[in-house]
Amino acid sequence: MDITRINIENLSKQYRIGEIGTGTLSHDINRWWYKLRGKDDPYKMIGSKNDRTANIDTNYVWALKNINFNVKDGEVIGIIGKNGAGKSTLLKILSKVTGPSNGKITVNGRIAALLEVGTGMHPELTGKENIYLNGALLGMTKKEVSSKFDEIVDFAGISLYIDTPFKRYSSGMRVRLGFAVAAFLEPEILIVDEVLAVGDAEFQKKAIGKMKEVSAERGRTVLFVSHNMNSINSLCNRCIYLKDGEIYAIGETNYIINKYLSDDSNGRFKISFKENQPGDEIAILENARLINSKKQTIEYSNITDKIGVEFTYEILKNGYFPIPNIRMHTSKGEWVFTSAEQQEENNCKIGKYTIVFWIPENFLNVENYLITIGLSTMSPLIIHFIVKDVLAINTIENINDRNEGHNQKIAGIIRPKLNIENKKH
Amino acid sequence: MSYKNNISFIVPKRKFFKLNLIELWLYKDLLFLFVKRDFISVYKQTILGPMWFFIQPVFTTIIFTVIFGKFAGLSTEGTPQILFYLSGITCWNYFAECLTKTSTTFVDNQNIFGKVYFPRLISPLSIVLSNLLKFGVQFSLFLMVYFYYLFKEDTVLNPNLLIFMFPFLIILMGLLGLGLGMIISSLTTKYRDLRFLIQFGIQLWMYVTPIIYPLSSLNGKLKTVAILNPMTSIIETFKYSFVGNGSFSWAYLTYTSVITIFILFAGILIFNKTEQNFMDSI
Repeated sequence: MDITRINIENLSKQYRIGEIGTGTLSHDINRWWYKLRGKDDPYKMIGSKNDRTANIDTNYVWALKNINFNVKDGEVIGIIGKNGAGKSTLLKILSKVTGPSNGKITVNGRIAALLEVGTGMHPELTGKENIYLNGALLGMTKKEVSSKFDEIVDFAGISLYIDTPFKRYSSGMRVRLGFAVAAFLEPEILIVDEVLAVGDAEFQKKAIGKMKEVSAERGRTVLFVSHNMNSINSLCNRCIYLKDGEIYAIGETNYIINKYLSDDSNGRFKISFKENQPGDEIAILENARLINSKKQTIEYSNITDKIGVEFTYEILKNGYFPIPNIRMHTSKGEWVFTSAEQQEENNCKIGKYTIVFWIPENFLNVENYLITIGLSTMSPLIIHFIVKDVLAINTIENINDRNEGHNQKIAGIIRPKLNIENKKH
Repeated sequence: MSYKNNISFIVPKRKFFKLNLIELWLYKDLLFLFVKRDFISVYKQTILGPMWFFIQPVFTTIIFTVIFGKFAGLSTEGTPQILFYLSGITCWNYFAECLTKTSTTFVDNQNIFGKVYFPRLISPLSIVLSNLLKFGVQFSLFLMVYFYYLFKEDTVLNPNLLIFMFPFLIILMGLLGLGLGMIISSLTTKYRDLRFLIQFGIQLWMYVTPIIYPLSSLNGKLKTVAILNPMTSIIETFKYSFVGNGSFSWAYLTYTSVITIFILFAGILIFNKTEQNFMDSI
């Protein structure tokens, strides 16, 4: 059966900036007085320029604009986008926490929203009392909570502390309990904001597993917001990419994630120097780019493909032996490797050279890598140029390509595929 | 899996007066859990526990007896002073608590309201109900004092049939507090000033209500003003029905009932209008 669970038509949400929020009566009277004399609002916020001001009037900001999409029964939809793209606003409207400005949403079924873990839990009440309270807040009846009570306590792993006041719980226990209650909700539609990011690695794994179970085995419809592309990738069939309050792209998860990552301003995949070329009187750098095996410029790469770091430099003087080199760091600053290669004498004469350093396939991990390009002569050491982090690349992975069954990011700054020998004795 | 046709809409403007009683009923468990939470959390980790509910009215009564009874020498129409003040304080406390607590509904609950949806009316309703429990405890104190005087030989109390109006009076006070509280809570989402206003406003209001003096001690314009105060007839009827002293009039009580219903409806109306989008302005 093909049932539409959520149908969103022309949904918009407008926020007034400046006007609301300063909100005391005196301000409003003053505002009204200015309006009466035909003057501008005296409290109009200065610098209200915003990416999202698609409207001419700067007093208004569109947090969401003309959102249209459908969610079918059993679909798991991922919503991605940068901070301020409107993800949370969309979830808030869907969960009825705030109302839309325009448009209409038709919902078929009960919605439960998990915008925060452990909403409304009271510090003075015991764990048990809080389970009932939180469950009721999320729309469960007392009977429903009772029937799942043991499972919830078990999932949260707090059976020892069930009669202890909530305020004595460790923060990890609070998060676990909060998620556990929500995990046993039985709505037709589940809305989850970035809540899985909390808790330790083990709990996150458990939480993702639970989400999978909810969506896959019980056929629930799930809307899921996250900045963690790996959880999006492992959970969702379809993705919505929000940008400045509008749907920028919608479609199959892998495609959308790639689009999102390549859009990321962190990706510097091509650069050419017209003026101020890095270098000295011996050699200068002209341009650099990232390429794939077909020598096309790439914006991101799958970890199963090889990546070429290509750059063009010009030698202006004979008699030196410049050695091109590259270094790779992760965006967190870990040094991944350095690679340099002595060149033949022929390649050290005056002229232009284009060199490619090939980073092998199945070598990098899913990460944002920064590449430094340099050229230097050894003994005596002369650094002709060294341009730090001149290129950057996001690597992605199609989780379905994996054969070891693990569905999260594998730790490590690189992830080489090794030759493994295994002999039975 | 069963596919019930459970279709709902989310649209910008709601109907002018929307009171979804079915939805409210579905969340009844939440209502009771809120009441339980409010009631329990007050005296957790205290030695005296619920005894604290007695201490406040007892001390207020003692202070009133000393200041207004002994020093100022205000009339109590022959009612024992302790009983006179205690009855007024018990009733007034219920109303005042209902009003002040519901008037901060949106501000106090913004963390919950911002993260999860449930019929917002549940919150003020739970406040009125948990205060009713508190009132029950304090009322039992009143009854103890009342019976002491009833069987004490040198005092004459004249309870009458109006005593059966008592539940009605309580409901009236609760609804009046709820209605006013909802109006104020809706306005506080924009104007926080009201929060300060209500703090001393409620104290001033107590002094224009016959708590520390009987209505009969007023005359002329003062009396007209006092009668326009909807709380006056509730307090006077309460005292009259238990003690036999006081001014009771069906007309005053009808006036209070009409005002209460009017305020309650206005409250629900404004509350409904506010609840959908208040998160944007709070």
